[in-house]
Amino acid sequence: MNSPAVAAPLTAQAFKSDYKPIWCPGCGDYSVLSSFTKAFAKLELRPEKVAVVSGIGCSSRIPAYTNCYGFHGVHGRSLAAAAGLKLARPDLTVVVASGDGDGYSIGGNHFLHACRRNVDLTYVVMDNHVYGMTKGQPSPTTEPDWDSKLSPGGTGLRTFNPLVIALAAGANFVARAFAGDPNGTADIIAEAIRTPGFSFVEILSPCITFRPEQREWKQMVRPASVPSTDDAARAARRLMTDDGMNIGVLYKGERKSYQPPVGKGKKRPSDLEAEFAL
Amino acid sequence: MSTKKSTKKSTKNSAKPGVKPSAKPAAKKTKAAAAPKRAAAKAGGKAGISSSVEFMVHAYAMEAEAAERYAEFADSMEVHNNREVAELFRKLSRIEQRHADQILEQMGWKQSPVASANYRWEGTEGPETADPTELHYLMLPYHALQIALLNEKRARDFFTHLAKVTKDAGVRKGALEMEQEEDEHVHLIEAWLKRTPKPDANWQADQDPPVLSD
Repeated sequence: MNSPAVAAPLTAQAFKSDYKPIWCPGCGDYSVLSSFTKAFAKLELRPEKVAVVSGIGCSSRIPAYTNCYGFHGVHGRSLAAAAGLKLARPDLTVVVASGDGDGYSIGGNHFLHACRRNVDLTYVVMDNHVYGMTKGQPSPTTEPDWDSKLSPGGTGLRTFNPLVIALAAGANFVARAFAGDPNGTADIIAEAIRTPGFSFVEILSPCITFRPEQREWKQMVRPASVPSTDDAARAARRLMTDDGMNIGVLYKGERKSYQPPVGKGKKRPSDLEAEFAL
Repeated sequence: MSTKKSTKKSTKNSAKPGVKPSAKPAAKKTKAAAAPKRAAAKAGGKAGISSSVEFMVHAYAMEAEAAERYAEFADSMEVHNNREVAELFRKLSRIEQRHADQILEQMGWKQSPVASANYRWEGTEGPETADPTELHYLMLPYHALQIALLNEKRARDFFTHLAKVTKDAGVRKGALEMEQEEDEHVHLIEAWLKRTPKPDANWQADQDPPVLSD
């Protein structure tokens, strides 16, 4: 009797869809897409076992450019949809794509509670410090002195620090990557997927259309000088001196991920329908 | 926690660009087909290149990554209806892919010796890989060639450096051959640039610009 056929691992290219991205030429999100597909290939995943969920914004177009299951959802609500999916289908690898506006402003509250709940998701936020799709408004991570016609003189507002928030709120894996290092970013995404619980990966992804000065990021980023820690207090102290340009895994904890028992009390669609019947 | 200041300096599109025709130098086929992946893992940029096989794996990865990047640029330019530059990037991609395929053939490898996700360079990307942040939706062939020229020069410098520092005679021989080849490509592109019209000062001008914040 023949042994069951084992599917050969797929290449990164095999995870890309036939749709060509419509991002601006030079956008960092192209490289992030490449890192997604390289990470999936590295982990020897299958497209039918991966779901890419997103909200709204340039970065949130990613599901269409992969041939995995995809859900391009509501602004800021990608984490809610993704958590529901993962709890219902724990067999799937669920990766969530977002941007600094979608994830930290409109979806800021979901971000906090997703970290706290620790559902086994990988949350990738492509941070370019600006709302690109709506033509250049300041986002929560925009520097206070960034001057533009839409924010003359800058907002003067303190920036949101996503790594601090993720750590404080209970994320089990916290890292920062740089789009200009697609292979390194792929390694970090793969590690985030492999780590149980809620994994947060912030990716510095330049928007050269509205923030051309971000071309300089490639000279500014550097690998973090210390390895990751499983001590949240130590990770927090490191963030106190972080200038936002250190790349690598900051924190990797051991919290058990949240997963309610599957099957118990499971209702059929007809049961649910009956509950809503007038 | 420190609060970042924005860098206000706006960098202009300093286009740079590339091409190359001929084949890569052959390396001996000995044992190479048997262990390309192992060699890749060792070569992996960061670990150094200490044998002819590792050298060819590295060369393959450089070419394949360069081809992939140019193809991505071509797609991007097509989407933005810059067909002339899209065609040029597509051509560059085909040339780089041909070089990668020639390495496979010369080494007797049936498939890519390296999964690109696992390949780690000394820097963030391969020496011949184009920088995406140099693109502009209105760029002209001259700019694309400048990008290619820069990539070829970086590749040449990489091999020059490798030939100087390696302790392996086979690697040195291969690196010197590659250096010479990349140098030829540099001259080819320089000649191509001379035949290509230079952009005028207003090449970025757009009657209906996407940027409202400047």
